[in-house]
Amino acid sequence: MTKTVTDVICPFCGTLCDDLEVVVSDDGKELHEVYNACAIGAEKFLHSQAKDRITRPRMRQEDGSWKEISYDEAIEYTARMLTEAKKPLMYGWSSTNCEAQAVGSEIGEAVGAVMDNTATVCHGTSLIAVQDIGIPSCTLGEVKNRADRILFWGCNPAHAHPRHMSRYSIFPRGFFTGKGHTGRKVIVVDPRPTDTASVADVHLQIEQGRDYELLNALRVAFKGEQLPDVVAGIPKEKIYEVAETLKSGRFAIIFFGMGVTQSLGKNHNIDEAIAVTRDLNEYTKAAIMPMRGHYNVTGSGQVWGWLFGFPYAVDLSRGFARYNPGETTSNDLLRRDEVDAVFVLGSDPGAHFPFSSVKKIYDRPSVAIDPHETPTTEVCKVHVPVAFVGVEIGGCAYRMDNVPIETRKVVEPPEGMMTDEEFLKRVLARVKEIQGV
Amino acid sequence: MAEYLIKNGFVFDPVLGIKGDKADVAIKDGKIVETTAVKSPQVIDASGKTVMAGGVDIHAHVAGPKVNVGRNFRPEDKLFGYKPKNGIERMQGGFSVPTTIRTGYNYARMGYTTVMEAAMPPLYARHTHEEMRDTPILDQGAYPVFGNNWFVLEYLKNHEIENTAAYIAWLLRATKGYAVKVVNPGGTEAWAWGLNCENVHDPVPYFDITPAQIIKGLIEANEYLGLPHSMHMHANNLGNPGNYTTTLDSFKLSEGIKPNSKFGRDQVMHHTHVQFHSYGGDSWANVESKAKEIMDYVNSHDNITIDMGQVTLDETTTMTADGPFEHHLTELNHLKWANADVELETGSGVVPYVYSPSIKVCAIQWCIGLELALLAKDPMRIFITTDHPNAGPFIRYPRVMKWLMSTEAREQQFDAFKHKDKVIEATNLAGLDRELDLYEIAQMTRAGPAKSLGLAHMYGGLAPGLEADVAVYDFNPNEPYAPDDIEKAFLNAEHLFKTGVQVIRDHNIASNGNKRTLWVNAKVNENPQVMRDVKEKFLRYYTVTLNNYEVTGHYLPNPYVIEVDATE
Repeated sequence: MTKTVTDVICPFCGTLCDDLEVVVSDDGKELHEVYNACAIGAEKFLHSQAKDRITRPRMRQEDGSWKEISYDEAIEYTARMLTEAKKPLMYGWSSTNCEAQAVGSEIGEAVGAVMDNTATVCHGTSLIAVQDIGIPSCTLGEVKNRADRILFWGCNPAHAHPRHMSRYSIFPRGFFTGKGHTGRKVIVVDPRPTDTASVADVHLQIEQGRDYELLNALRVAFKGEQLPDVVAGIPKEKIYEVAETLKSGRFAIIFFGMGVTQSLGKNHNIDEAIAVTRDLNEYTKAAIMPMRGHYNVTGSGQVWGWLFGFPYAVDLSRGFARYNPGETTSNDLLRRDEVDAVFVLGSDPGAHFPFSSVKKIYDRPSVAIDPHETPTTEVCKVHVPVAFVGVEIGGCAYRMDNVPIETRKVVEPPEGMMTDEEFLKRVLARVKEIQGV
Repeated sequence: MAEYLIKNGFVFDPVLGIKGDKADVAIKDGKIVETTAVKSPQVIDASGKTVMAGGVDIHAHVAGPKVNVGRNFRPEDKLFGYKPKNGIERMQGGFSVPTTIRTGYNYARMGYTTVMEAAMPPLYARHTHEEMRDTPILDQGAYPVFGNNWFVLEYLKNHEIENTAAYIAWLLRATKGYAVKVVNPGGTEAWAWGLNCENVHDPVPYFDITPAQIIKGLIEANEYLGLPHSMHMHANNLGNPGNYTTTLDSFKLSEGIKPNSKFGRDQVMHHTHVQFHSYGGDSWANVESKAKEIMDYVNSHDNITIDMGQVTLDETTTMTADGPFEHHLTELNHLKWANADVELETGSGVVPYVYSPSIKVCAIQWCIGLELALLAKDPMRIFITTDHPNAGPFIRYPRVMKWLMSTEAREQQFDAFKHKDKVIEATNLAGLDRELDLYEIAQMTRAGPAKSLGLAHMYGGLAPGLEADVAVYDFNPNEPYAPDDIEKAFLNAEHLFKTGVQVIRDHNIASNGNKRTLWVNAKVNENPQVMRDVKEKFLRYYTVTLNNYEVTGHYLPNPYVIEVDATE
């Protein structure tokens, strides 16, 4: 016999869908099927059932092979590594719950670590832009219920946030949007002809790296001022037309992704995109929202916000919280040899950092806490497998619009496996013992 | 638990009516007890010092999504204000929007032990509770916002009080909220279309209801339930010249409604940060104080309580669920603007602001706040706040006390204004020579807010049976003192007890306390219509499912539930 768990939250991307249904065995030990999820989300649940899953911590040997160790040994190694380091980097935090993030922050405070999350190679530039100019935003339900102008800039939800368009942005029928997608105008700005662009009313196929120019041109066009014939590869007539489309809407929303945050101009692109949104509020209602990637990268920024006052790149090594992106960001620290130990939880820098940074992780005492085998676990000295948050343990996660949702436990983890939070609590206790406080 | 005896202090306690006489205060099992009830107490020598109950803040924005926006988007607010960790004291940062850790410690240092978060967007209730959980020492509760909620707008359009009350009870339980907060009723819903409701008769777009109907209906629903606190109000038209008429119109909506609450409050409306709502004139060029008109009304109507919203002349971070106001503000000062509209429920905005003594309007605002308190006939109904951090950060409360207690301090401030003469002309403050005493301050910061919150059975006084929240200040009211001595002493309590635990000893944090989260569980008769409406709205319009909405479990590790039965 099986049972079906409803209202399950998907711990994959920042869309944080909460309407999944999961079929599990009666004893709650096996997960059979996942409904309503996208392909990526379903795979995340099903992957927890992999027969070859690693269930005990491992330590790298001299010859490069792994040796199984106990959780106690892993805790000892981690606590020693963190207390003995002058300035450890504690990176990741985006694929775990807020409870683990809070315990991790306390460890960071105790050992004087640099705390950084995946925003550092993702929407960190957006966070900097928000510090420059603010951000007029809203919850995704406002988009569903009101928005009739949808602009995707440098993002491709059709692949990266697969249910975003149907749940929130293009297709849903909301309170004031009873016609669904037929009542909305969809604009996509992307140098590539993406699958998202294929469902748009207008695709502005911008020249790569010219986002700032085009955003600025929109602001000129709002005011009806003169534009050059072509900006960023787009004819001015098209720009005026898009500007008019945005202005004439009742509620416009801009979603943006890596295409603008990590291309030429970085945070300045986002400054300008937010300025576009501010300007639009002179004519109608407009909001803007970053398409956050990991399902709880937003949450780690929130937890550090209320504990330390900064959303990422938080340097606690002086006994208080400092923030200086470019100095206290992970890649800068690694490549300048400023950190002497690396702790990774809930992220995969091995796959996403430049190779020069990954080599530095390899050269240092390092621990990776991750349910999966990843490129990061391959370069770390110790790998601690843990239960999947949102599958085998609940906890709070923040959606891309900062809405906090409690994820659910739907199935038991393999016997004897620790959760992120349990592991971190043990490490914290051991750190305090070692420090004698 | 340890027993304490605080001996020979000058006690100011409106509950017992002690006005600075020498008295002893005994603590046992977390409560205040008769001095004869303690056997072998630790003795705190308070001779030559001031002893009061722990302070109660009825309105401050200290936890939740917009507060955290303020923290995260203002790194400059942390500059030069860091404090390293020290023993049990965790690291701290931030001035106008301090970290949760600093929030707890700074309130404790001022002798405050209970702080109410003034606006909780229901969809973000988890976030608010997570932050309160991480705020040490203080007892806290949070007010969910109702004034732009679609359920409320739809029910009150037809004056369906019973349904509104049933929905309020459901939402208080779902969000673990404490009271009914109303912010710019109807105006924030209008702001979802970039519009506003500028007076109590300005209809809400689409919903076809006026702010007046919302205000009156929510007061009635609040009394139908008999909640501990009254409806907690932030009226329309905040911060605009000439808005005092809107404020008076809002006040008048409470006329003829009597409190129905077994929690001992006498008001049916608490109007918050009234300073922002007491402006005359019709432009920033001729804005003037209407504090007298406002206080004439408040003094003669005892079913209203208010708090000040005192401008402290600092650089600060404004944040409110009044979305259109924050947009208006960013157009005025051109500083960064964050906005967050919340589906079906509310909205909010955040903008930094510099209240400069060189700007005439800021100085006029400063005068208006003080006038409200100095014109008060009953200090049990007018409370000290800065609408933290909107008019200034809460750590300026001792400075506000100084201004209220000393004409000399006020004159010093007048002399520092660039446009002193114009400011005096537009206000009444220079003509007021009233100086409040510590007994009145205790009414405005302890007994008064506790009573208004319906928590007089727990907080606000030193009578046996109340929670053992006691502050000892290094201040001798019988010796001559300079105005600044007041601020210094009340910013830095020598001892503080929270529910019987000594959290400050000799000016140092001695414990992170045992914080509690207060919420109100109101029982109502089953209401199938409301439950059907709730189900339908979640199915069709919310982006979270109904089963994922309620805040439970570990978000409130130490809850204190106040039960209300409205089924009779």
